[in-house]
Amino acid sequence: MKITDIVVEKHGLKPDEYSKIKELLGREPNLLELGVFSAMWNEHCSYKSSRIHLKNLPTKGKNVIQGPGENAGIIDIGDDDAIVFKIESHNHPSYIEPYQGAATGVGGILRDVFTMGARPIALLNSIHFGSPNHSKTKSLLNGVVSGIGGYGNCIGIPTVAGETKFNSTYNENILVNAMAVGHVKKDKIFYSKAKGLNKSVVYVGSKTGRDGIHGASMASAEFDENSDDKKPTVQVGDPFTEKLLMEACLELMKDNSIISIQDMGAAGLTSSSVEMVSKGDLGIELQLDKVPCREENMTPYEMMLSESQERMLIILEDGKEKEAKKIFEKWDLDFAVIGKTTSTNNLTLKFKAETVGEIPIHALATKAPIYDRKWTKTKLPEKKVQIKDLKKIKLEDALLKILSSPNHSNKSWITDQFDQMVMTDTAQRSGSDAAIIRIHKKEKAIAVTVDSSANYCKAHPHTGGKQIVCENWRNLISVGAKPIAITNCLNFGNPENPKVMGEFAECLLGIKEACEFLDYPVVSGNVSLYNGTNKKNIHPTPVIGGIGLITNINNKINQYLKKDGNTILQIGKNFGQLSQSIFLEEIYSIIDGPPPEINLSNEKNNGLAILKLINDKLVSSVHDISSGGLILGLVEMTFKSNYGIKLVKPKNLSNLMEYYFSEDQGRYLVEVTPDNLEKVNKILNENNVYNEVIGMVQKNYFELADQFKIKTNDLYKTYNTWYNNFNGFIS
Amino acid sequence: MNSSVIVFPGSNCDRDIAVALEKLKFKNKMVWHKDTDLPKSDLIVIPGGFSYGDYLRSGAIAGKSNILNEVIKAANDGCLVLGICNGFQILTETGLLKGVLLRNKNLKFLGKDIQVKVINTENKFCNKYEKDQVLELNIAHNEGNYFTSKEHLKKLENENLIPFKYCDKDGIINDESNLNGSLNNIAGIFNDKKNILGMMPHPERMVDQVISNQDGVNLFTSLLN
Repeated sequence: MKITDIVVEKHGLKPDEYSKIKELLGREPNLLELGVFSAMWNEHCSYKSSRIHLKNLPTKGKNVIQGPGENAGIIDIGDDDAIVFKIESHNHPSYIEPYQGAATGVGGILRDVFTMGARPIALLNSIHFGSPNHSKTKSLLNGVVSGIGGYGNCIGIPTVAGETKFNSTYNENILVNAMAVGHVKKDKIFYSKAKGLNKSVVYVGSKTGRDGIHGASMASAEFDENSDDKKPTVQVGDPFTEKLLMEACLELMKDNSIISIQDMGAAGLTSSSVEMVSKGDLGIELQLDKVPCREENMTPYEMMLSESQERMLIILEDGKEKEAKKIFEKWDLDFAVIGKTTSTNNLTLKFKAETVGEIPIHALATKAPIYDRKWTKTKLPEKKVQIKDLKKIKLEDALLKILSSPNHSNKSWITDQFDQMVMTDTAQRSGSDAAIIRIHKKEKAIAVTVDSSANYCKAHPHTGGKQIVCENWRNLISVGAKPIAITNCLNFGNPENPKVMGEFAECLLGIKEACEFLDYPVVSGNVSLYNGTNKKNIHPTPVIGGIGLITNINNKINQYLKKDGNTILQIGKNFGQLSQSIFLEEIYSIIDGPPPEINLSNEKNNGLAILKLINDKLVSSVHDISSGGLILGLVEMTFKSNYGIKLVKPKNLSNLMEYYFSEDQGRYLVEVTPDNLEKVNKILNENNVYNEVIGMVQKNYFELADQFKIKTNDLYKTYNTWYNNFNGFIS
Repeated sequence: MNSSVIVFPGSNCDRDIAVALEKLKFKNKMVWHKDTDLPKSDLIVIPGGFSYGDYLRSGAIAGKSNILNEVIKAANDGCLVLGICNGFQILTETGLLKGVLLRNKNLKFLGKDIQVKVINTENKFCNKYEKDQVLELNIAHNEGNYFTSKEHLKKLENENLIPFKYCDKDGIINDESNLNGSLNNIAGIFNDKKNILGMMPHPERMVDQVISNQDGVNLFTSLLN
């Protein structure tokens, strides 16, 4: 086949990129080679637009064992334990085929974690859909949720936390981000870097089929009206095979047979083989006839570009093939030696005794294009709306409306479709600020959470970037965990648009500043660009997944009220700022002004004080104040208990709406028994932490004198209404 | 007491049940599905999960595996057998228990804490519970909707072969608490001799206060009685 301009374009490569390929090869590539280049040079695999911004993120710290650049990040949690974790997007495939797209997103991220020797212990997800009224939302939502559950439930890893949001910005481009967390002994970590000459390159797992060919290139382009035609590029998942692959790999990892191991994810056999030898400064020769194939007459091109799932590439120590093969046969999996490492520094592809492709490894990896794309700054928007100019609404009515809105109503109808308890170490399930997973047979635990704030990031990316890191940090603090490190999934629009590229650059700047200040490094992540359809870009949606450590699981705490007569304190200052709040959006459909300001030093000071109160066992419950403000935070504390709150009339602010719905940052709610109140006050005052009494816990009612008195049961019913209505017509 | 946990490819509650059994002082062994010998056991547990991916039909392939022949022999000789979730599905596939487990009535996976009422305590598995005691256990299944013939259902009721029924927090057995749609709110059943118990809820997930509650403990300690 002649390589014409059209063939080049179909591979997602720009004319100047093609010229560079010819220059690097010193000749024209053949079709197979072009395919390999396109798989390695697309945005998804090469990070060509994002790389120069990513390198500014703080990635080091005293707990960091492995930062970005490996299959996943690794942190030290003391003794000989380490946690391996990463988040990844599967946005494009999930929009085309929601069940399989979401399922294989979960499968892919799990492989990244167990490839490193870790047994996965938790799954999380962050899923964003278009407006609930949009014609596609119901089927996409149903498909994605069953896909996530279908995979995680079957393989037997608990899905413990997540977030589901609706916004018309995702009408034509949903976001499906999956995060996996694993546990490994520090001396049993496996890496992808190849070492040694003439070592066997082994293929294990499922057979290779024609599914997912060019999946990564598809994920590197915008959608248009022909997106449905892309269905064959979506992979099909088989969680049962993944379970077998996981057990087989973990069994093989018990001894020292493996030199390096890499999962075949995006760009399949191509990227796994290239990445391994690129890191090891070696070459690799693959005998493609030996690749186990599911379909007949597969070509080298198809084998190299297939994204069939549940496959791994392993480089084995000499003489270990027999033992290793026995393990994979026990688990009924394919095992084939398909090549060897070489000193040529080339990727050499052989098929039927002929060399069908030969490319220098550096041309595919280190010489991939890097772009410093043009970007523009987003100015801090001015506040135009004043609450006094808006039509008056009763506090109670506003609260009930928000509680029954898609974004703020109960999401248990989603999480009830996930097995949250398998492995029996889930000490706190979804619905709280963060989930808690005990380290098996130990006293310690980790807390995990994922967060995003697309509206804030859209209004002012720099502030938004800081805010999500802070909110994530706060969520971990709220369950009694010391935040250790994060992973990020950066979902943005088309980087060739300077406004979008600016959103990316400035969100990253915000993330960097917050992470540096809070000593909260980024150890892994994923970038998903080109989220949009026909030039309409999604809101910038970076998603942060955080891990915190609870050294003694008995110190864990939740948000639910414990006893009448206890006092509720608000920690952190309330400035009554309503810009970009849920209140304005839900009640008046107004999206206006700057996001709430971030004061990193207050954030840190308040958070560390809360952690001290928790560890000293001076507070009975803790909840962070986030979207929906103070009042939503208070209502969320009344769920799952028979207690309500009698609110104290606020003294400082004249406007109740500003007081109760403001989303000012760095705030928490704590419940304190009468016995502990003095000690709590002392610690807060000593640490210069602003606090005020908000109310007292009482039985059954949530009330504010002269305003409302609502049964907590009725609040909970309202919290469930949206689901009941929506579910009525989705199932 | 010696227990054996059968491990199929795709079992995923095998470790959980082993942890629970060991915590409650059973001497436990794991038995791989390709094995043809069963260690000497007083109790055999078929754990939850997705044996063989639950392809074809939940439990169908596992029901035909090597080790199941040994389990059937032992069960017929009176050995105690406990099938939880997928284990219950497998037991119905082998015929050791009658009836079938259909898709949940809402056609969705159900993963949540539910209440069951202890209907019958005069058996090996429930003698440490009080009659009518309400337990909070966890379910996690796609196919837990128990169905059987009218005659068999009558026999189950008349001969006290139903140890657990789904109920609400106050112990009332009603439609609202019957999430998967099982006949008569059935959460678990015995064979005629009451040495084989199949149940959809997971007792092994409720043996540790730090994680959940301890409502599952007495099922295991009853066996030691």
